[in-house]
Amino acid sequence: MAGSTGTPRVAATTGPALPVVGKTEIRPTWCPGCGDFGVVAAVEGALKRLAIPSHNVVIVSGIGCSSNLPHFLSSYGFHGIHGRVLPVAEGIRWANHGLTVIGTGGDGDGFGIGAGHFVHAMRRNVDLTYVTMDNQIYGLTTGQASPTSTMGQKTKTTPEGVIENPLDPIALALASGATYVARGFSGDVKQLTDLVAGGIQHHGFSFVDVFSPCVTYNKLNTFDFFRQRVYKLESAGHDPTNLVAAWQRSLEWGDKIPIGLFYRTERPTYEDLEEVLAAGPLVHQATGLRGREKILDEFV
Amino acid sequence: MAEIVVRLGGQAGDGIASIGELVARSFSRMGLHVFGVNAYQSVIRGGHVWFGARASDQRVYSQGDGSDLLFALDRQTFDVHAPGIRPGGTVVYDAEKFAIAENEFPVGVRGLNVPTLQIARKYTSASILQNAPGLGATSFLAGIPLDVLLQGLSDSFGKKAGDVANWNLGAAREGYEFAAKNGSVHPSAPTARGPSKLLMTGNQAFALGAAAAGCKFLAQYPMTPASSVMHWMAAHSHDIGVVVKQAEDELAAINMAIGASFGGVRSMTATSGGGFALMVEALGMAGMTETPVVVVEAQRAGPSTGLPTKTEQGDLNMMLGAGQGEFPRAILAPSNAAEAYRAAVRAFELAEAWQIPVLIASDFHLSESLMTVDREEIDLNVPIPSLETVAPNGHDYKRYQLTPSGVSPRALPGQVGLQFVAGSDEHDEKGHLISDIHSGIPVWVTLRQEMMDKRMRKLHGVVASADPPILEGPTASELTFVAWGSTVGAVRDAMRLLAAQGRATNLLWFPTVYPLDADRVRAAIEKATRTLLVEANYSGQFGRLLRAETGVHLAEHLFKYDGEPFGPHEIVARALEVMHRGG
Repeated sequence: MAGSTGTPRVAATTGPALPVVGKTEIRPTWCPGCGDFGVVAAVEGALKRLAIPSHNVVIVSGIGCSSNLPHFLSSYGFHGIHGRVLPVAEGIRWANHGLTVIGTGGDGDGFGIGAGHFVHAMRRNVDLTYVTMDNQIYGLTTGQASPTSTMGQKTKTTPEGVIENPLDPIALALASGATYVARGFSGDVKQLTDLVAGGIQHHGFSFVDVFSPCVTYNKLNTFDFFRQRVYKLESAGHDPTNLVAAWQRSLEWGDKIPIGLFYRTERPTYEDLEEVLAAGPLVHQATGLRGREKILDEFV
Repeated sequence: MAEIVVRLGGQAGDGIASIGELVARSFSRMGLHVFGVNAYQSVIRGGHVWFGARASDQRVYSQGDGSDLLFALDRQTFDVHAPGIRPGGTVVYDAEKFAIAENEFPVGVRGLNVPTLQIARKYTSASILQNAPGLGATSFLAGIPLDVLLQGLSDSFGKKAGDVANWNLGAAREGYEFAAKNGSVHPSAPTARGPSKLLMTGNQAFALGAAAAGCKFLAQYPMTPASSVMHWMAAHSHDIGVVVKQAEDELAAINMAIGASFGGVRSMTATSGGGFALMVEALGMAGMTETPVVVVEAQRAGPSTGLPTKTEQGDLNMMLGAGQGEFPRAILAPSNAAEAYRAAVRAFELAEAWQIPVLIASDFHLSESLMTVDREEIDLNVPIPSLETVAPNGHDYKRYQLTPSGVSPRALPGQVGLQFVAGSDEHDEKGHLISDIHSGIPVWVTLRQEMMDKRMRKLHGVVASADPPILEGPTASELTFVAWGSTVGAVRDAMRLLAAQGRATNLLWFPTVYPLDADRVRAAIEKATRTLLVEANYSGQFGRLLRAETGVHLAEHLFKYDGEPFGPHEIVARALEVMHRGG
């Protein structure tokens, strides 16, 4: 590994135990009763449980109600533009794979405008955790149909009802090669915390889709709707190492909807396979071509 | 000034670019100045492609006009390029492949019928070997010593020595000896002088400059004519420790680069106009979150998909206006490989110093042409300061602190106690949103304006620290050319031609096309006896920018938008016209 010859621009942090992630002075601006409160609680709880110092965590989000989440936790955050959560998060991971990187966003952000990035981040198995607050509606823009809105659902943009089949994020994640695929419900923060913590610990791309009801604009997929239907995969004897079983469970919808861990497998991450990163986080590597005059010989 | 222009043409897939580059490299190794153009079409096989190598004992800044030697692999090459061959020139061809009647040669031009197929058949039945005898014959006529040619040919096969390499070397030698027996070296061929020069494309210079400037991350999506930035970086990735990511699209490419920069490494992307159009929203995010990022925009002839393999400077308006709202940016516009190297270094310095996106305006002509550079012009010892400029101060850290320069202390994820959120929404000094519950409330209305002022006033510092406009040539002149980017090269050649006619001209060009020091630019233009604006686009986009910034209208202009680079003579012709008319 030849690498560059200059000196590192940023030294690695060493030292005693440091504060873990907690709340900031910023209060969530979500509607009272919003499902997203459960998600931020689960993310905070998972980070606390894993005792990851707050300065080593970056939460990346896009645009939508859910994407305000980074402001409410005391980690580093990047609140970017609509649909680009994952490429920003990937760039951060590759600059510094010593960091714990978590992407957060909504169903419109992740499965609509950002769908292209979603499948590619999963196939390359970047080691980050992506939590989507899936409320099956566009909330911040006041109630338009989303990629996961139910067939026939009436919204501002579909007054006669949605005529497109909803996208299945779990099946899409399985098809795209995600190595940790889970679904949670913000009405069950305890299980959701387990799923997010499991995702953060997982070595590879972890996807946690969360039923996170919009109490203002989605009168169909409410807390009650899910409470009446969800059942836990871990209580149903599901084997999360069985891809075929995961596929079958992902197709279940209707009176019984599974939540929990669908699938988990081990595969080298993008960072494992990118040889340049074998020398340590990029941010701590030497930079420049000082003293590398031999490189000019190829131009002779 | 001894100068020769060699053209080699055939169909895509004939290997024209390879033998063309060999000729260019041979000249470069002779210590000559070279400008090589690779003219191809958006096809992989067939069509018509050609390579032009111009070599001289003086600096050359463009492909020149016409040619002195033509190696035609097919009849179409002869038909297209014969009219441009200067008297005294020679056409190398093989009558076994196609015939040229005596009266078809331009006046003063002769043919050299080289039995390329016959020579090639001695070695193999593979048709590609016919290039080698033609290359050999052309090299002789161009004054390239045999050992220089054979060494270049041998190097091009690298470690793949073996039958194919030996066949090529043998066939090239036979072609060379055939020409020596049946022809003579072109009288204007320059002779070897001085040590070998470096030969590189604009894109290679961008990549090299970026690496030297400490770039550690490149994310890019393939698009002509920007792709070879990624090719060079990918080929050297492990050696120089740069992560190269071919992204799923340009949206991802720039967002990855911004993410990596936020993570603490100097980062870049490169693209052409269509890809840059997709990057526009993220460019604004870099401006708003004050995250440095460098974007090489290698323009091609537009609009839309346009002419993917042809040149134009038609994206300046887009680069100037890219992004909703207003945020500071800089646009650099080098004109040749040496300047491209330096521009890449400057781009990273400016991006990081001012925490802004910096664009480098390139185009097909600069990005893909081969140019000689002296070793002394490539200084790899680029100072790269530490990024650890902020001491932890816990609760009081303000990532977006209002400062006189507009630049706020930057923290990186992983640094203890400096956590903040970079927001693409409008935010306060700490990065907290003022777009939701605060927007429209008087105190926050004031703050919004202060945050805008803070970001925008960085432009004053950028103007002061970026490379200013340069006046080249004699102070007393009949005419001042005004140009930017790759067009500057042909203007420099035109100025030399005019000087040879006793016409003194000079050139005002802009290593930084934005932001501009309006007073300085106005003063420079007002000193001119008369001006001629030269741009490769339809509407004179840079002239409009100058008018907007300075109030000065450059009435006389030469615009070109046929996809081809400017040749010196058309600039000379227009300049003479303006000078004669102007009184």
